[in-house]
Amino acid sequence: MSSENTRLRPPGPTRHVTLLVATRKGAWFYHGDPARGSWRTDGPHFLGHVISHVVLDPRDGRTLLAAAKTGHLGPTIFRSTDFGANWTEAARPPAFARAESGAGRSVDHTFWLAPGPALEPDVWYAGTSPQGLFRSDDGGISWTPFSCINDDPDYLKWMGTVQDGTPDGPKLHSIIVDPRDPSHLYFAMSGGGVHESLDGGRSFAPLIDGLDVVEGFDGSQPSFHDPHCVRLCPTNPDRLYQQNHCGIYRLDRPATRWQKIGDTMPSEVGEIGFPMVVHPRDADTAWVFPMDGTSVWPRTSPDGRPAVYVTRDAGASWQRLDAGLPTAQAWWTVKRQAMTADSQDTIGLYFGTTSGELWASPDEGAHWTCIAQHLPDIYAVEVAERPAP
Amino acid sequence: MKVLIPSALRAYTESAHAEASGATLADVLDALDRQYPGIRFRMIDEQGRIRRHIRIFFDGEQVRDLAQPLRADGELIIVQALSGG
Repeated sequence: MSSENTRLRPPGPTRHVTLLVATRKGAWFYHGDPARGSWRTDGPHFLGHVISHVVLDPRDGRTLLAAAKTGHLGPTIFRSTDFGANWTEAARPPAFARAESGAGRSVDHTFWLAPGPALEPDVWYAGTSPQGLFRSDDGGISWTPFSCINDDPDYLKWMGTVQDGTPDGPKLHSIIVDPRDPSHLYFAMSGGGVHESLDGGRSFAPLIDGLDVVEGFDGSQPSFHDPHCVRLCPTNPDRLYQQNHCGIYRLDRPATRWQKIGDTMPSEVGEIGFPMVVHPRDADTAWVFPMDGTSVWPRTSPDGRPAVYVTRDAGASWQRLDAGLPTAQAWWTVKRQAMTADSQDTIGLYFGTTSGELWASPDEGAHWTCIAQHLPDIYAVEVAERPAP
Repeated sequence: MKVLIPSALRAYTESAHAEASGATLADVLDALDRQYPGIRFRMIDEQGRIRRHIRIFFDGEQVRDLAQPLRADGELIIVQALSGG
């Protein structure tokens, strides 16, 4: 279904790639040369802070937001308008509404940052742990609870307790704004399912039809769904891919039923993982990083042999991409935000491991090189593409 | 009153020592936040609870209630408590 033409970027100025690496103990930036063959280390930034996510605002090419907390201190957002040279703290970080009873929820950390669409240049969204959805209308300086979901009885039931999420807390993630329509939003919760709004966030509804849940549980209940990562295809915003706790899925709107596409993965590898990466120009191409989801869920590379898998036919088949990666005894974990792609003429792919290694491929995953070792646990890897200086 | 600031919060105060006044712990923390915007939220969550790894002592006694009255001539010590590796 793909053609070379659909993968080519329109002619334009050269854009340099910087990797924004968020870790449990700070952030590091890696500035690539034009060939993406060598990388200049820039960091640490915020040494000792737990950095969940660092994201460039693609609308201005210079504003960065970083979601931070420390072992002792509460969460905040740092903001730079000069691509990381200087940082200031958000005047009003994401925080839940105060409950008169005193028993309300408090944000432990902001987990996911998402710039709004080009049509809304100062809008950002944030997802938190425990699950909360927040919005900034001033470029990330002040944040307010967004939508009804933070206090809605049904959503609170689906979110569950701190025991119903990931080991470091339940999370709201995968905030997606339809590039054609800012009032069309998606988000996902671990746990709590995938949700969609068609009215600018005034209301959301579950979008979980077709997704499996753990055996013995009721799949009609959002509580039992654990979408690990959901991505929208930029050149076909009607197509979503999802890496889920129970496998890999695709959804082509306006359909509302997810189609399982992970059952074509090799059985000895399985279809469990956390990241989901889509091609910026070819909606039939996507990448995953499988991890062991058997028995006690080691969540490490199957058989100690890491590999990226790619589909180029929307999930009908998958191919292994492991050239340059260790061939044995590499028990890696890659978190849901820790794998991404750039949008260069030949796509670069990047991932970071919880053992502190950063890997890059300049050719869509065909060949891999380690570009950093010995970092703290890598939580997120994002690409920042900017005009060449 | 004198307030001893832990290292984790000195990015705000640029000093181990600060001065703030108020009749209660809540008042003193509000006064600190007016001088050093953002510092309160790093210690106190949006529900008014002292964060898990923050401890606050007044004249050697731990303060757990933001409404507790404080004397103007006492010393407040803010401590970053154990939070793992």
